[in-house]
Order: sequence, then structure tokens, then C-alpha cells
Amino acid sequence: MSATVDTHDHDVHHHKETFVTKYIFSQDHKMIAKQYLITGVIVMGIIGILMSLLIRMQIAWPEEQNAVFKALLGKWAPEGVMDADIYLALVTIHGTIMVFFVLTAGLSGTFSNLLIPLQIGARDMASGFLNMVSYWLFFVSCVIMVLSFFVETGPAAAGWTIYPPLSALPMAQPGSGAGMTMWLVSMAIFIASSLLGSLNYIVTVLNLRTKGMSMTRMPLTIWAFFVTAIIGVISFPVLLSAALLLIMDRSFGTSFFLSDIFIQGEVLHYQGGSPVLFEHLFWFLGHPEVYIVLLPALGITSEVIATNSRKPIFGYRAMIMSIIAIAFLSTIVWGHHMFISGMNPFLGSVFTFTTLLIAIPSAVKAFNYITTLWKGNLQMNPAMLFSIGLVSTFITGGLTGIILGDSALDINVHDTYFVVAHFHLVMGISALYGVFAGVYHWFPKMFGRMMNKNLGYIHFWITAVGAYGVFFPMHFIGMAGLPRRYYTNSNFPLFDDTTDTQVVITVFALIAGSVQLVFLYNFISSIFYGKKAEKNPWRSTTLEWTTPVEHMHGNWPGEIPHVYRWPYDYSKPGHDEDFVPQTVPLKEGEEELQH
Amino acid sequence: MTALLTILLVTFVAVAIWQLIKIFDLAQVGESNSAVATDKDNKINGYLMLAFLAFIYIITIVCIWYLGDLPLLSNSASEHGPDIDNLMIISLVIIFIVQTFTQFLLHYFAYKYKGEKGKKALFYADNNTLEAIWTGIPVVVLAGLIIYGLFTWNDIMNVDKEEDPLVVELYAQQFNWKARYAGSDNVLGKANVRLIDLDKANILGVDEDDPNAQDDVVVTELHLPKGRPVLFKMRSQDVLHSAYMPHFRAQMNCVPGMVTQFAFTPTVTTAEMRQNPDMQDKVKNINNIRVEKSKALMAEDEEGLDPYEFDYLLLCNKICGKSHYNMQMKIVVETEEEFNAWMSEQKTFANSLN
Ligand code: HEM
Ligand SMILES: [Cu+2]
Ligand SMILES: [Cu+2]
Repeated sequence: MSATVDTHDHDVHHHKETFVTKYIFSQDHKMIAKQYLITGVIVMGIIGILMSLLIRMQIAWPEEQNAVFKALLGKWAPEGVMDADIYLALVTIHGTIMVFFVLTAGLSGTFSNLLIPLQIGARDMASGFLNMVSYWLFFVSCVIMVLSFFVETGPAAAGWTIYPPLSALPMAQPGSGAGMTMWLVSMAIFIASSLLGSLNYIVTVLNLRTKGMSMTRMPLTIWAFFVTAIIGVISFPVLLSAALLLIMDRSFGTSFFLSDIFIQGEVLHYQGGSPVLFEHLFWFLGHPEVYIVLLPALGITSEVIATNSRKPIFGYRAMIMSIIAIAFLSTIVWGHHMFISGMNPFLGSVFTFTTLLIAIPSAVKAFNYITTLWKGNLQMNPAMLFSIGLVSTFITGGLTGIILGDSALDINVHDTYFVVAHFHLVMGISALYGVFAGVYHWFPKMFGRMMNKNLGYIHFWITAVGAYGVFFPMHFIGMAGLPRRYYTNSNFPLFDDTTDTQVVITVFALIAGSVQLVFLYNFISSIFYGKKAEKNPWRSTTLEWTTPVEHMHGNWPGEIPHVYRWPYDYSKPGHDEDFVPQTVPLKEGEEELQH
Repeated sequence: MTALLTILLVTFVAVAIWQLIKIFDLAQVGESNSAVATDKDNKINGYLMLAFLAFIYIITIVCIWYLGDLPLLSNSASEHGPDIDNLMIISLVIIFIVQTFTQFLLHYFAYKYKGEKGKKALFYADNNTLEAIWTGIPVVVLAGLIIYGLFTWNDIMNVDKEEDPLVVELYAQQFNWKARYAGSDNVLGKANVRLIDLDKANILGVDEDDPNAQDDVVVTELHLPKGRPVLFKMRSQDVLHSAYMPHFRAQMNCVPGMVTQFAFTPTVTTAEMRQNPDMQDKVKNINNIRVEKSKALMAEDEEGLDPYEFDYLLLCNKICGKSHYNMQMKIVVETEEEFNAWMSEQKTFANSLN
């Protein structure tokens, strides 16, 4: 499909499309973006959120009969009391779906696909075919993950980190039977999909930029997607190898991760492997994964904040440098998840050092966002609210990283609710806000219609209150020593003074969960009945707003526009309008900002 | 049947919310139907930003007020505990200050610079001095924290063999704990899961021929003498577990196929901790909660709850299967004499085999 790339090709593809090639096996990046949005964000997101609500209801009202459990979980909740194994399965699949399916594939898949060609001025991705394959592999992995709920022994239940031996031995836990096999197969396919996608993004950014679009004239969204794809290509293969070795241990009797095991009255043959090795491999992906989730959200935020502040993003160069610094450092901090795993304490010191280093570029980004708001002319569109919300949760969540990254302090809060609070705020909620900001902002580009802003406001404010209400108090019960992944805390009178807080948290979660219905309504009804969008509704400078509202193959009817300036000429003195699109040549004597 | 009804009910609620949204949606038609924020939207949302800032501050204060005494920030029961607590408090204070300040800037700017028609934003793209300042300040603060942290970490993790620590093995299995004392020679006998012999009650796989093993003592309740360093050697027979002793600020994973270690010196006996006024308040509070719960339970003809008495605990803190949530062992810290008396009543490994 490299023909779509031809910039001299004026009459672009008028061949007839069938329903199947247009909506199902489409190779057009805009359609693939929508497919990712609906599958990854909407459908998987609903499933993931429902699971989190079940988890929360169990924690708040443990071991009580609950009609909702009975209805939704069936045999996993005899008499309406949730089973302990299925609790762990819910936690595991909730985590897996949220991290990988919603915030990796859903987020990058939607916005990298939509925006990379549109913002760099390309007719499509480098390979439309691989792009299509990538989506369908993703689809298959979603189906397998969801189907794992229907196997006899239940889905994987060893936590989203699937540490062996728990995940390797079917006798250790029912979820480690067929459910875990499906988890591993699903993830292997997922990784293949992610690698195809990432390679495509990288090649497209490197090769298909329009005339004048130098690397330092790219919007920060593209920088973020580009670096994210590179991190993905570096780290996902390591997870794939860990998964394959685990499959070998499970099914072919090897001992990569297992040694000296006595379980259910017998000694197993495994000898010489080490679970710690798995932890290293897992977190070599696992930590960069946090940034794979976060960077695209920050990229979207940069774009949305600049546009809606009517101001250039502050410190464009510094933003690029910090993205690159974060990407580099993110591959050498994985050990902070393993301070007390039994690895050499000296390594713990090294990882404390690198981890606190990564706080620095992160702090730079936060300050740059705040400075961008300063003396702006802020247009409070829903996308803007979610972007400001993102900066807020990113700061709140990021700060507690200082505690978790400090090996001496991690001893006492490792694997407690403190960690749950930290990572939900800094990556879960922040990235989710990034997704929402992106959807509200680029909805007109995707569907040619506008979303309802008032419903957007309701959605944002209730979600924002809910998010703090859920995760802020968790820091405190975590510091009180309450471990995560406990089915109930009623066996520890020690923790009885946290039970009221647990109920409050669950109430906030139920409210925040239900208000997502407002978004869903807004999303669906706007696709069909939303107000028709103008070409450039947010008065933005970037290239995607120069394309026609009606989607067309090849994106621009005539020649691809050329680029003459950086993407952040908002409110530039000497111009009448408060934005100067990238396609407008510099005036005589006008300086391109030496950013 | 109830299942069906519940699904129906939940569906109805969802449909009701949906309809409400729809009514709201349709009711707006008359108003200026711009899909882009107007000056009025900017103003309302600007004020809401201030309100949200207040909300963040309030939830922080409420949490500190009601939950601030739950965290394990004082009354640690080990020698290194106060070091961790100090560092934790310093970190929390720094975080609190930075959080208060940056959230203020963010939300205040969002309110202050809310858009108005005809206003023009300041074209301000770059300032190297500012960038240097907010790169520099985190560098200095973090450097301080790293140095303090690393000294503390090294102190905790480096075990001084000169001090003649009491050697204790913590043995994890789904879903309970055992402890093995090294006996009078203070050397643990060799062990491997391949030597487990359930018929002979050799449940830890201790080498029956190893002379060092004969005086070992296996128990299900951990007793520790006050003031003597204890060197824990962790083992697991099946999956990963984690020995978490929050009151002592201690935690280490138990890894099958490997022996991990952690050392600390208990400084407060169980009896002393029970007399600690902070702890007494906490226990009283918990017992009030339990009394209330018992009333509710008894109203439904169920058994009430026992009153709670303080004890140190060892919890499992690494997901390990179905009963992970109930994998615990009581820890008793006592004086050297009490400890010796207790120890002399325990069977040695050699005597415990059948
Ligand atoms: C509606 C919002 C959400 C709620 C109420 C929620 C709630 C929870 C709860 C209660 C747990 C179990 C904690 C434990 O016992 O360890 C959990 C685990 C987790 N959640 Fe969420 N969550 C939400 C959204 C998200 C998002 C957006 C992400 C994306 C990063 C996410 C990622 C995870 C992960 C990775 C785990 C850990 C799973 C594991 O322990 O294996 N969650 N969540
Ligand atoms: Cu990490
Ligand atoms: Cu355990």
C-alpha cells in the first residue's frame, strides 16, 4: 500500500470500497483509529471498570450476600458470596485489561493512528496492510482474554504481574490452569500486534513527513507517540520472551523460573530456575510500560493545553528533551519493583538512584504545563478540563513515587494500598484523562460532529471528584499496613479501623463509575446527532485541521500542504488572528521562534 | 430468580440514568448551542477550578484528621524503625509542601486566566533560567533524599555478623507460616524441600543427618527476645510469599529455591506495646467498632466478634493463592528470660520426628 504515500498523486484512489473493506478490513488509518477506539477504549474500558466496581464492592462489604455478584458472577458467587479465587481473578484481569488493552492499545492505537499521518502530513501509515493486521491481532487477543472468563477453572488469577511459581503451577491456584494459558496466548498475540503497530509508527514518522516538517517542527503529540513506539519496540520483546519461557515451564517441563518446589504433598522435578529472573524480565517491560501508557497522554495534553490556552507550549525543546530523558531512564529503573525480592541490596541502591533521577524530567514537564497556563486565554472546553485534571493527578500521583522509589521506605509500603493509590493516580487516572481529552478534542476530526460540551462538563467534574475520593484515602490505609490483593480484611482485627474508609471509597467509585454513562451517551449520540463540525473548531495550528471534514482516502484532496513554522504559533505578535497555522509561510522579516 | 431480578434492576437503573441524560441533553436546545466553550463556560469552569482546589485541600485535611493516626509513622518496634519513620515523615512533609504549592498554581492559573473574547494571551515560549530553576530544585531536594535513603537502606540491609544475631528461619507455604530456630549452636541445619517427609513430620525438609539440625526448633508462633538482633532466613516451599512485619518496618520476599534474608532488632516487648498510650487508643477504637459490628451480627442471630487485643503480626504480602488474605503468624516479643523459658519448653527437631 505504499502507493498511498505518493505525494504527487493528485487524484487519490477513487476505487469503490465495499462495506467489508471500508469498515472491517480497512487499511485506512482513520478507520483503524476508530476501530481501536471502540474496541480498546470503549468496550474493554467498560469491562475493566465494571470489574473494578465488583472488586470495590467486595472490599467494602466482604463476604456478604450480594445480588449483583450472584447475577454477574453466577457459579463464582455461590449464594451471592464472592469466591476468593474469583476475587483474585477479577483483580488480575482488571489490571491486565486497563494497562494493556485500554491504555496501551486503546490509547496509542487510537491516537497514534489518527494523528501521526494527519499531523505530519502523510497520506496514510507507511504500511496500511500491517496496520490492519495489527488491529486484527489486537482484536483476537481481546477476544481470547475475555473468553478466559468462561473456562471451567476460571481466568488467570496470579495478579497482572503473573509471577511464577503461582502462575506456573495449576495446582497452586485454579486460575493457573487453562485460564493462565489463555492469558499467555492472548498477551503473546497482543505483543505481536503492538510491535507491528509501533514499527509502523516509527517508520511513518521518520519517512513520511511533508515538506518543511522537520523533527523540531513536529507537534509534541507526535514526539510522544514516536518515542512511545520506540520504548515499546525495545521492551515488549522482553515480555514476550518471559511469556514464552513461562509457557515452556508450564507445558514442556523446563525450569527457567522454577526450583525446589513441594506442593500438595509432592516434590516437583524443577531444579535450578529462579522466580527472580522472571521478575527482572517482567519489569524490564513493566516499568517502561508505565511510560508507554503515560507519554501519549502527556503528548495529547501538550497539544490540548497549548491550543486551549491560546499560547505556545512553554519550553518546547525542554519538553522534547524530557520525553527523551524519560524514555532512556525508563529502561534502567525496573528494579524499584524488586527492592525486597531477594536481589542484592546493592542493586537496590542503584535503582533508587536511577528512579529518583527520573523524577526530574517529570517535574520539568509538570512545571512547563503550569507555566503554559500562565497569562493564557484559557478556553475551558471539556478536553482542556481533562488535560488540567491530568496535570493535577500526575503531580499528586507522581509525588508519592518519591517514597516508593526510595528503597528504605519501600520496605514498609511495598504491595500495600499505598502502591494502589500511587499507580492509579499517576498512570491509571492520568492516562485515562489523556484518553478523554483526546476523544473530546479530536471527536470532530474522527466523526465530523461535535460532542455535547455540557455533558462533557458533568462528566469531568464528577469523575474528578470521584478519582480523588477513591484514591486519595488509599494512601492512608496503605501506610497503615493494609496489603493489596486481599479478598477481605476481616481476618485482621488490626485493620478494623479502616473498614469505614473502605465503604466511603467504594461509594466514590460507584458514583465515578456510573458517571461514565454520561460519556457513553454523549459519545454515541454525538456520532449520530451531534452538531456538524467546522473544519477547524478549536482554531488550531496543526495540519490535521486542514483536511476536509468528510473523511477521504489520502487525507488531502490536492497536494499535501507544506509546513513553514513550528506548531505553537498561538497569539504571536504581529498577526491578527490568535493562531497561525503551520501552513502559513513566514511573513517578510518574521522570525521563526528560536525555541 | 433473584439473579434475573437484579439484572433487570441494574438495567432499569442504567436506563433511567440514560433517560435523564437524554432529557438533560434535549432540554439544552434552546440555549446558545455552540459546541465550543463560551465566555460563560470559561467563567463557570474557572470558578469550579477554584472549588476543586478547595476540594483537594479539604480531602487532604479530612484524611489527615481522620486517618492520620492510622499510618505506621511512630511507635515502631525495631531499632532501625525510627530511621525509616524519620525519612518517611521528611518525605511526606516535602511532598505535602510541593503538592499544596503546585496544585495551587495549577488551579489558580486555570481560574485567573480563564478566557474572554478579545483578550490575547501572552506569547511566551521559552525561558532558560526558569527551566534551570525547576530542574535544579528537584535535583537538590532529591539528592538529599537519595543520600539519606541510601544510608538508611545500607544500615538495614547489611547484617553485622559480629553482633551474634539470633538466627531464625521463616518458612512459608500455602497458606501458613512456620519458624525454625537454630537451637543452642545457633546454626540452622541444612534443608531442602526434597527432604520433606510428612510421615515422619519433617515438614520443612530439614536434613535429618545434619548434626547442626538436631537442636533446631520448629514452631508456629514466632517468639523474639527484646534487644537481640535477629537474622531471618526466608524460605518458601511452593510459590512466592512475602514476610511482612509492619510494626518492625520489615519485609522480605520468600522465594522457592532460594534463601533470602532480613535482620532487625526488636526493641519493644508485646507487653510494653500494649501499655503504650497510642496503642491503647487504637485498640479501644477498634474494639468500639467491633462492638458495633457484633450488635449487627447478633441481631441476625450470628456470633459476635471477640474483643481485640494487640499483638505483633507477620502477614503474607505477596499474592500466593486463594487464602493469601489469611496467611498470618503471631509474633511475641518478650524479655530474654521469658524467651529462654519459652524456648526450653519447645521440642527440638530430633525429638519431634516420629
Ligand atoms: C474506575 C476506576 C478504577 C477503580 C475504582 C480501580 C480499582 C482497583 C482496585 C480496587 C484494585 C485492586 C487493588 C488490589 O487489591 O491490589 C485495582 C487494581 C489494579 N488496577 Fe484499578 N481501578 C480503576 C481504574 C484503573 C485504571 C484506569 C488502571 C490503569 C492503569 C488500573 C490498573 C490497575 C492495576 C494494574 C491493578 C493491579 C492489578 C493487580 O494487582 O494485579 N485501574 N484497581
Ligand atoms: Cu516502575
Ligand atoms: Cu502467602
